[in-house]
Amino acid sequence: MRDVAIVATAQRPSQIGTQLTSVELILPVVAEAVKNAGIQRQDVGFWCHGSCDYMSGQPFSFVAAVDAIGAWPPIVESHVEGDGALALYEAWVKLQTGECDIAVVFANGKTTSGPIDRILTLQADPYFVTPLWPGFDAMAALQARACLDAGVVTEEQMAEVAVRSRRDAKSNAVAHLKGDYTVDELLSGPYTTAPLRAHDCSVPVDGANAVVLAADDVARRLAKRPAWIRGIDHRIDTQRLGARSLTTSDSTRIAAEKAGVGRDKVDVAEIYAPYTHQELLLRSAMGLDATTTAINPSGGALVANPAMAAGLARFVEAAEAVFAGRADRAVAHSTSGPCLQQNLVCVMEGD
Amino acid sequence: MSGASIGSLHGDSFVAPLEVAYPYSRTVGTALSRFFTSLKEGRLEGTKGSDGRVYFPPAEFDPQTGEQLTEWVTLPETGHVVTWAWQSTPAPDQPLDRPFAWALIALDGADVPLLHAVDAGSIDAMSTGMAVKVRWAAERGNGITDIACFEPVSDVPGGRS
Repeated sequence: MRDVAIVATAQRPSQIGTQLTSVELILPVVAEAVKNAGIQRQDVGFWCHGSCDYMSGQPFSFVAAVDAIGAWPPIVESHVEGDGALALYEAWVKLQTGECDIAVVFANGKTTSGPIDRILTLQADPYFVTPLWPGFDAMAALQARACLDAGVVTEEQMAEVAVRSRRDAKSNAVAHLKGDYTVDELLSGPYTTAPLRAHDCSVPVDGANAVVLAADDVARRLAKRPAWIRGIDHRIDTQRLGARSLTTSDSTRIAAEKAGVGRDKVDVAEIYAPYTHQELLLRSAMGLDATTTAINPSGGALVANPAMAAGLARFVEAAEAVFAGRADRAVAHSTSGPCLQQNLVCVMEGD
Repeated sequence: MSGASIGSLHGDSFVAPLEVAYPYSRTVGTALSRFFTSLKEGRLEGTKGSDGRVYFPPAEFDPQTGEQLTEWVTLPETGHVVTWAWQSTPAPDQPLDRPFAWALIALDGADVPLLHAVDAGSIDAMSTGMAVKVRWAAERGNGITDIACFEPVSDVPGGRS
C-alpha cells in the first residue's frame, strides 16, 4: 500500500439560495485548494468530482464542472453520483494504483435550489417506497421513534447534540446555523415530523469544497504535516428499511472496524449526521467516547448540510484538525441514503 | 414516444413540447410481477427468507445472504405498527391529503415490515404496536399504491370491520 495523505483543503462559506452556477461554486475552491498545496494545475494526475444530477434536474449536468478545472492540456477525471467523500475514496484507490501522485477531489451541492427532501426520496426503494414520497425527514423520524422506543436515545440527548453543534459552529466561518441555545429552549419547540423537531434536522445549504491528496514523498514535500489516511472503508446496509435494525448501524460498525477506528485514541471525529439521533447512533457504532473525542468541533452537518458536499466537508474539517495539530488522530465519516444506509469511515493521522 | 405533436409554429417561433420522462415501459421481473399482480387482485403475498423470516413486500433475493427466494406466503390484511412518524403537513403525491402517520407495518405473519401511511386522523390516535388494517385503493393496478393506506383497527367491541 502507498501512503496517501490529504495535503490541502478549501471550502466556501454556506449560503442559502445562491444564484451561482455549479461551475461558479466549484472554481474558487478548486483554485484555492491547488494554491494551498503549492502546486500547478498541470501537476494534478487525477480529478474526481462528487455531485448529484437529480439536484440540478439535468442528466450529465456534472460534465459542465469540467469548466471549473480546465480540460486542456488533457486531464484524467471522473465523477461520482454521490457525496464528494465517495469521490475521495475513488481518488485514494487511483493513487494506490500508482498511476498518479496527486489527485484533487471536489464536491458541490446546490441544496436549496429544489425540494431536497423530495429529491433525496429518489434514493429509496423505487418500487415500494419512492411511489409514496415519504421524504427523508419522515424516514429519519421513523428511525428516531424506533431509537426512542428502544431507549437507545432520548429527546434530551438529541437536543444536546443540537445545542453543542450550534455552539461549536460559532467558531466556524463556513457554518450556517450558530449560536447559544439551551436544551429546554429547543425541546419547547413544536414537532415538525414527530418525533423530530426543527433542531433535529440539518439545515440545507449551498456549498462546495475541495481536497488535494498526494502519495508518499510527494505528500511529505507538499505539506508540513500531512493528514495520512491510515484506514478507509465503505459499507452499505440493505435498502429495505424494515429488514435492518434502525437502532444500530451495522454498516458503520463494520466500516469503523475495517478502518481501524478502535486501534488507538481518536482526538477529533467529524461525523456526517443529518439528524441528531443519527449522530448518537453513529458515535455508538464507531465506538467513539465523547469524553475523550471531540465530536464535530466544526458544528457538523447539522448546522450546514450542503448535500453531496457535506461528507467531503467532514474530511476537510478532520484534515485541518490534523494540519493544525489539534488532532494526532482523527476520524472522518460520511453517509448517504435513507436512515444511514451507506457509511464511509476514514482514519487520518499526523506524523 | 407519446402521441404528442412534434410542435407547431407560434408566430415566428417553432414551439415543441419537452417531456422529461422515460417514455417506455419495463418489466419488474418475476417476483415483483407476481407481487404487483396479486395486489391488483386484492391479495397480499410475501416471500420467506433463508432464515425463515417472512418479507412483505416480498424480497426477491435474501438481503442477508443474496440467495434467491422462491417460497411465497399469503398474508392477512391486518398487522401492527413497528415504528411511526407524524406528517403534519402532507406533501404532493403522498398517500393522503390530510395529516397522517408514516409507519413501518408488520402484517400478521410477516417478520419484515413495510413502509406505508396510516390514516389515523390525529397524532393522539397513534402508538407503537397499535393494530392496523389495509385500506385498498378504489382503482388498482398501480403498484404499491394499490394499498391506499392503512387504518387503525378499533379495540372497541364491534368496532372491527
